[in-house]
Amino acid sequence: MSATSPQWSARDFPTAAKDLLADSQIRKNVQHATNVIQAKRAKVVGELTDWGELREDGAQIRAHTLKHLDHYLAQFEGNCTRAGGQVHWARDAAEANQIILDLLQQHAAKEVIKIKTMTSEEIGLNKYLEAAGIRPYETDLAELIIQLGRDKPSHFVVPALHKNRQQVREIFERELHLPGLGDRPEDLATAARTYLREKFLRIKIAISGGNFMIADTGGVCIVESEGNGRMCLTLPDVLISLIGIEKVVPSFKDLEVFLQTLPRSATGERMNPYNSTWSGVHPGDGPKEFHVVLLDNGRSPILADKEARQTLQCIRCGACLNACPVYHQTGGHAYESVYAGPIGAILTPQLHSMKEGRSLPYASSLCGACYEVCPVKINIPEVLIHLRGKVVREDQETLSGKLGLWNIGMQAAAFLFADSRRFALAQQAGQIGQKVLVSKNGFIEWLPLMLGGWSQTRDLRAMPAQSFREWWAKEKAPHLGNGGPPHVSTSGSNASPAARQPAESKPAKESRDV
Amino acid sequence: MRVSLFITCYNDSLFPETGKAVVSLLERLGHEVEFRPKQTCCGQMHWNTGYLREAVPIVRHFVDVYRDAETIVIPSSSCVSMMRDHYLKAAESVGDAHLADEIHALLPRVFEFSEFLVKKLGLEDVGASYPHKVTYHASCHSERSLHLGDIPIRLLKNVRGLDLLPIQNIEECCGFGGTFAIKNADVSSAMLADKVRSVLNTGAEVCTAVDNSCLMHLYGSLHRQRTFVRTAHIAEILASGGDHASQSEAGRQ
Amino acid sequence: MSDSSAARAAILESIRTSLGAQSTPAQIAEEYAALPRDYKRSSTLDSSALLDLFQNRLEEYDAGVYRTTSAQIAATIAGIVESRKRHSLAIPEGVPTAWLPQEIRFEDATSFDAYRLDAVEGVLTGCTVAIAETGSMVLQNATAQGPRILSLVPDYHLCVVFADQVVETVPEAFERLRATDSVPTTFISGPSATADIEMTRIKGVHGPRFLDVVLVL
Ligand code: SF4
Repeated sequence: MSATSPQWSARDFPTAAKDLLADSQIRKNVQHATNVIQAKRAKVVGELTDWGELREDGAQIRAHTLKHLDHYLAQFEGNCTRAGGQVHWARDAAEANQIILDLLQQHAAKEVIKIKTMTSEEIGLNKYLEAAGIRPYETDLAELIIQLGRDKPSHFVVPALHKNRQQVREIFERELHLPGLGDRPEDLATAARTYLREKFLRIKIAISGGNFMIADTGGVCIVESEGNGRMCLTLPDVLISLIGIEKVVPSFKDLEVFLQTLPRSATGERMNPYNSTWSGVHPGDGPKEFHVVLLDNGRSPILADKEARQTLQCIRCGACLNACPVYHQTGGHAYESVYAGPIGAILTPQLHSMKEGRSLPYASSLCGACYEVCPVKINIPEVLIHLRGKVVREDQETLSGKLGLWNIGMQAAAFLFADSRRFALAQQAGQIGQKVLVSKNGFIEWLPLMLGGWSQTRDLRAMPAQSFREWWAKEKAPHLGNGGPPHVSTSGSNASPAARQPAESKPAKESRDV
Repeated sequence: MRVSLFITCYNDSLFPETGKAVVSLLERLGHEVEFRPKQTCCGQMHWNTGYLREAVPIVRHFVDVYRDAETIVIPSSSCVSMMRDHYLKAAESVGDAHLADEIHALLPRVFEFSEFLVKKLGLEDVGASYPHKVTYHASCHSERSLHLGDIPIRLLKNVRGLDLLPIQNIEECCGFGGTFAIKNADVSSAMLADKVRSVLNTGAEVCTAVDNSCLMHLYGSLHRQRTFVRTAHIAEILASGGDHASQSEAGRQ
Repeated sequence: MSDSSAARAAILESIRTSLGAQSTPAQIAEEYAALPRDYKRSSTLDSSALLDLFQNRLEEYDAGVYRTTSAQIAATIAGIVESRKRHSLAIPEGVPTAWLPQEIRFEDATSFDAYRLDAVEGVLTGCTVAIAETGSMVLQNATAQGPRILSLVPDYHLCVVFADQVVETVPEAFERLRATDSVPTTFISGPSATADIEMTRIKGVHGPRFLDVVLVL
């Protein structure tokens, strides 16, 4: 049951990143936005004395839920149905699109209002509906900007983070026919309010995602800021919520953890303006018909991988994107996936059974900033390495992978590291062999093949004529008789100076025991 | 104390002066340093690049060489983090319970160099003097895996004559990331450019860190750009000018 | 309509295959009960510090906060509404007459549709519980709070909060919501806002652009 994603385009990350790196406007916008959001997050997270416990306990709740996902989904289904909701199951994007289209057609809908939902992006719902003659209106400000600008989201919490206010103004001015529109954020928000209010009042069917499904009440929780979510959840007669199967929590009470960690991590607020929870249908309050479409689309097989299962703990706060130095440089489009950034780098290839997005696990320097901020403690670097392992193993099973430069290089290095004599010989070979590369200034300024990426922007200091082990054998070992292997050691009195400029060290005159 | 130096493969080949500085300082402090010539590499490059199977024999080799060592000091936080974060997993990945037990037993004796000085020896002033303007880059593994916090900074603050200049975004990655610098050379270069700008903005003559890997990366650009900023591993700074009065003072028992 | 029972069976089967060994519901419940709950779940502040915190948080969201006593509720409301230059407010069922000053016109909005609500000058409601640490009011479909649409469509929301409804932490609020956990519930923390443009929080998108709170001591 691997994911189907109609929008997949298969450039690898380094290639796609190149384009984004050349776009200084996007980079400026992304860096500005992520800096602001990170500072806000740090402040409100720092206020909580129990942040560590909230993270740990939240992670455990999520891990527990995934471990018994079938149980909690069935429980959710039962309770949601009892409360008057209808639950549908979709194995993949095609099934989900079909279910939603059927529901819309049943109500003869020509238009539908939407709350920002990444699952809908994941299945390419808007395109699908448009092809069937139904017009979807995105109501989240950022999604509206994306939709009107015929753009793609670059961040799943702040999808238009790569646009600045002037660019948003241009889009609104052009698409909403508002000549002379100002570019203060207030002007832009007002323009959206006016444009969408009419839709909210008129259109009687809405599509949402969901932040959490609550097993013990059959409820759904949606976290938002603008009130567009509340409009879509309460005004229409029919509401369809498309939610990934992993987004369930056992109990209403568990929200007391996530409603603390999610807003602080996502937008750096103590609480976002609006959280809504409801169960099924409530006479006299909100839609008369409520549907939940549970989407698998590649999620259930991930549970089988014990190391990578934690990927599904994600509550989509986006903090790992904001903290990621790679994301800072490229923004989200380089990932060519709905799910960008560190979480996208582990989630996307797994949703596709490692058949797509194979370069994504390498789109990280493993700096660990994502893990540090993740409110449900997903050890993203660990999962990245684990997935790299899968990519390598699979590649090694093909002839071209086996004969590839990386594989040959890594095998050779492993051979050398297995034995210190081989390693020492290789060092000596390197000291001599590098001579063809070393410039007059003692630096390597050009490297061949795959190493060339380094030398485009960086020099490499040449290997010194003497390795540490050679120095030791010559300078230190003799003082101990022949310094006989395996272990040679020296003590204080005969130390020699360490001598690279500017470091100057002199032998100690006295020494002491500590 | 008898200290076993694990120099690491890249320091051995590319930065012998760091090893010499570690030896010199530890001896100056009265410790016995040994070097086990059988050592090679910690296995990090293979592991982090996804060559997991290939990394296991290297891990095993490390354990073989250091099994009986009293204390192991490593002037590279990323190699230490490889051991602390991944060695057990490597053993588990091949179902080798015996290796896992040995790793369990060995890890408490493994120290990153600055951590060894401050946490194990209880020293913050090692009697160094280094009259230069210096800025300190907190490498990713030192910060987020080893959680060294201000340990290196405390050591640097006690160096005579050293003018420690604060750097912006101290803990943001320099973009090295091992093979990342090659596989994603463009992104890595962009990250590096930001870091180099931060370094240059400090006005420091020297940028230091507890990892030569980051410093090699930084210096690659500092040199390409023909700046006059140098890099030096923290061990080289702490081993400098060890004849300061207070150090002799401390040395008298 | 499409029948998704085959998909249901396949998905649950796929999950079970992935997970391997199954536990009984009793085992799962036991495991759940044993999950750690080490985060803060009770107050540390005295009541005056608590209310100060609540007020301070609300003001940071740019909500107005007016303290009063139960005898003075109507008078306080009259003053606020006047300063907001409004003359009438919609109200849900069950708002105590003691809240309602003579000089303002109140319309029972129970049967109002969205268009009608869009035309009112504002709405007055109570709440179920309020959270000091996050500056939140929790409204449920209950007496004096009404359906969700009521506190959503009007451009102005005036909310009455009694001191004993204010708790310090989010978990304390959930404790109080336990009995009504299936009822439509909205956490409101400040006026509607967005940070979608350059990460600047700007007030007033689709929900009420103005929010005032009467805090009854
Ligand atoms: S992985 Fe963690 S930090 Fe990233 S979006 Fe998910 S929950 Fe947030």
